[in-house]
Amino acid sequence: MKAGSNLEKILTGGRFAVTGELGPPKGADVAIIERKVKLLKGNVDAINVTDNQTAIVRMSSIAVSALLKQMGLEPTMQMVCRDRNRIAMQSDIFGAYALGIRNILCLSGDHQKFGNHPTAKNVFDLDSIQLIQTVKKMRDEHKVLSGDEIEGVPQMFIGAAANPFADPFEFRVIRLAKKAAAGVDFIQTQCIYDMDKFERFMQMVRERGLHEKIFILAGVTPLKSVGMARYMKEKVAGMEVPDEIINRMKAAGKEKAKEEGLKICVEQIQRLKTIPGVHGIHLMAIEWEEVVHEIIERAGLLPRPTV
Amino acid sequence: MIIADGKPVKEIMAMIVPYQKIVLAGCKGCVTVCSAGGEKEVGILASALHLARQAEGNPIEIKEISLERQCDTEYLEPLRRDIDGYQAVLSIACGAGVQFLAEKFRKHPILPGVNTTFIGVTEEQGVWTERCQSCGNCLLDQTGGICPIARCSKSLMNGPCGGSKAGKCEIDSQVDCGWQLIYDRLKDLGQLDKLEKVMPLKDWSKNRDGGPRKRVREDLKI
Amino acid sequence: MDKFEPTIVAFCCHFCAYTAADLAGTMRLQYPPNVRIIRLPCTGKVDVRFLLEAFEKGADGVYVAGCLEGDCHFLTGNFRAKKRVAYAKRLLDEIGFGGERLEMYNMSAAMGPRFAEVAREMTEKIRKLGPSPIKKNAERPVQSAERKEPASGEEMGDAGLQGKSGSLKGT
Repeated sequence: MKAGSNLEKILTGGRFAVTGELGPPKGADVAIIERKVKLLKGNVDAINVTDNQTAIVRMSSIAVSALLKQMGLEPTMQMVCRDRNRIAMQSDIFGAYALGIRNILCLSGDHQKFGNHPTAKNVFDLDSIQLIQTVKKMRDEHKVLSGDEIEGVPQMFIGAAANPFADPFEFRVIRLAKKAAAGVDFIQTQCIYDMDKFERFMQMVRERGLHEKIFILAGVTPLKSVGMARYMKEKVAGMEVPDEIINRMKAAGKEKAKEEGLKICVEQIQRLKTIPGVHGIHLMAIEWEEVVHEIIERAGLLPRPTV
Repeated sequence: MIIADGKPVKEIMAMIVPYQKIVLAGCKGCVTVCSAGGEKEVGILASALHLARQAEGNPIEIKEISLERQCDTEYLEPLRRDIDGYQAVLSIACGAGVQFLAEKFRKHPILPGVNTTFIGVTEEQGVWTERCQSCGNCLLDQTGGICPIARCSKSLMNGPCGGSKAGKCEIDSQVDCGWQLIYDRLKDLGQLDKLEKVMPLKDWSKNRDGGPRKRVREDLKI
Repeated sequence: MDKFEPTIVAFCCHFCAYTAADLAGTMRLQYPPNVRIIRLPCTGKVDVRFLLEAFEKGADGVYVAGCLEGDCHFLTGNFRAKKRVAYAKRLLDEIGFGGERLEMYNMSAAMGPRFAEVAREMTEKIRKLGPSPIKKNAERPVQSAERKEPASGEEMGDAGLQGKSGSLKGT
């Protein structure tokens, strides 16, 4: 056991894991967090806390992760490379561990151009793979990057993201292998709509034996409308939405769109459960946390195991 | 070469409000090649400023001069001869040139007429793009001659990130994904194995992060 | 109050616009005497500096006349001119001088009447706009001290400017 977190125990115990996501408030209002937590509690094994996602300033991931811990849930603290240098990152990893956080997700981070502070300086002292190496060095070698000994080792369960659909497609598995070599323990993918392409990706993953080295959680996001499906297809980088899905959402019409979106999501989860090498799902119900319970229940994944 | 871009004329006019006699100094180096501060641009800017100030009823006398370079002391001599009687110098050389003038002509305000932007190349006439970030520790041998620091928007050493789509960067569909370029080049060279190793952390202390830099060749000092 | 007579400078390419001007003359077409023609081998020779200097020397309006698009004697000279005229127009707008005082026209060598029409059109347009903004403060003379002559100035000026170098008289 590397960190002893709930997520790690479920995955190492061979259970199918379910993680959720929570976007912190654009301010210091804790009540917003409490509302979202109510909808997620009991439905997921751990909750990702995003780190200034899309470069929009929100309450810090470490603070919200600490609050989640206080509320009795397990956070997965996301850390991006855009805003912090190696000094601040290692410092925050110490702090996170001290606050009871045991899962960390290492990400590059969306470029600040997307957010509300496009004139900010970006940092990118490290990239996500070097960050994985850093956390691993701190946890397993008990050293910071400079080689100095650590006073109190942060035992983190190390995660990262993978995008099976970004380009170049042939390179995605190699990059995943790099992350595994760097020391990652688990991976969450971007949300998947093109199941066939994902199956091809998983085939390449299995050929390299990666599914036995790291835990892979497949990302899913329920669609609310045909407009949302189209937006994801056209405007979101690294997202692929097959026409079949767009057509189903369109055919459902305005009243039945949400119901169809949930149906598609549950079908996707059922299919993902059957793919060898997929150890769980990461459900990102963006600004639609109310449906998390229904989705997990209909997918036959409740109750969540207690370990 | 160093690429620069002319400042908006209004911004320049605001800078020269207090002056009636200025020198407008161009440079025959980099800024000539990127058509921002050469002899031709000196002429056009001088004409525009004449017209603007005359229309305001506050004419301006402009001495037009183009120096070989503004970053070498010897080449500043022509300006030393001509500068008397003028109140300020508007330089449309790069930032290095402007600053050197300021060091050598301490009695005159030296004003920047261009924004110095990047180290780059001429892709075609009229189009210049960034290639180098002067990081101080070149690793182009490892990436097929394409720089991830300058050409990846996030300066990733182990890219691409998840935002790379159809060879373009997530920030702008007109911007190439640096890592796609590196991948393609290494594929052509048969060196894709280079991408399977994790690139180590960058030593940014050799970059501007470590403080203003200096290069000395003792063997060349007189 | 005297009626304002604009001074218009027209940069005309030898192969089309200038020939059209010749033809207008042969056809005895009437067009305003306000237009002073400067012949160039091709409008591709036009430099932004010429356009601005024409205004500095007292022109109230300036236009560039070249071959029809696609028919330039030197193939793409008139496309280059088009871009430079657009650039100069933007610059003139930015300094508050008025980019509408500068235009580009295209015509074939056979279009004598079009030449005359353009001359009329431009003269009337500038008449309405009024004298160049630098003239309203003409109590102080235009200072063009120590200006270096443009290196390619020799090609300018044929059947050209009245009043030689220095300011063009307005009336």
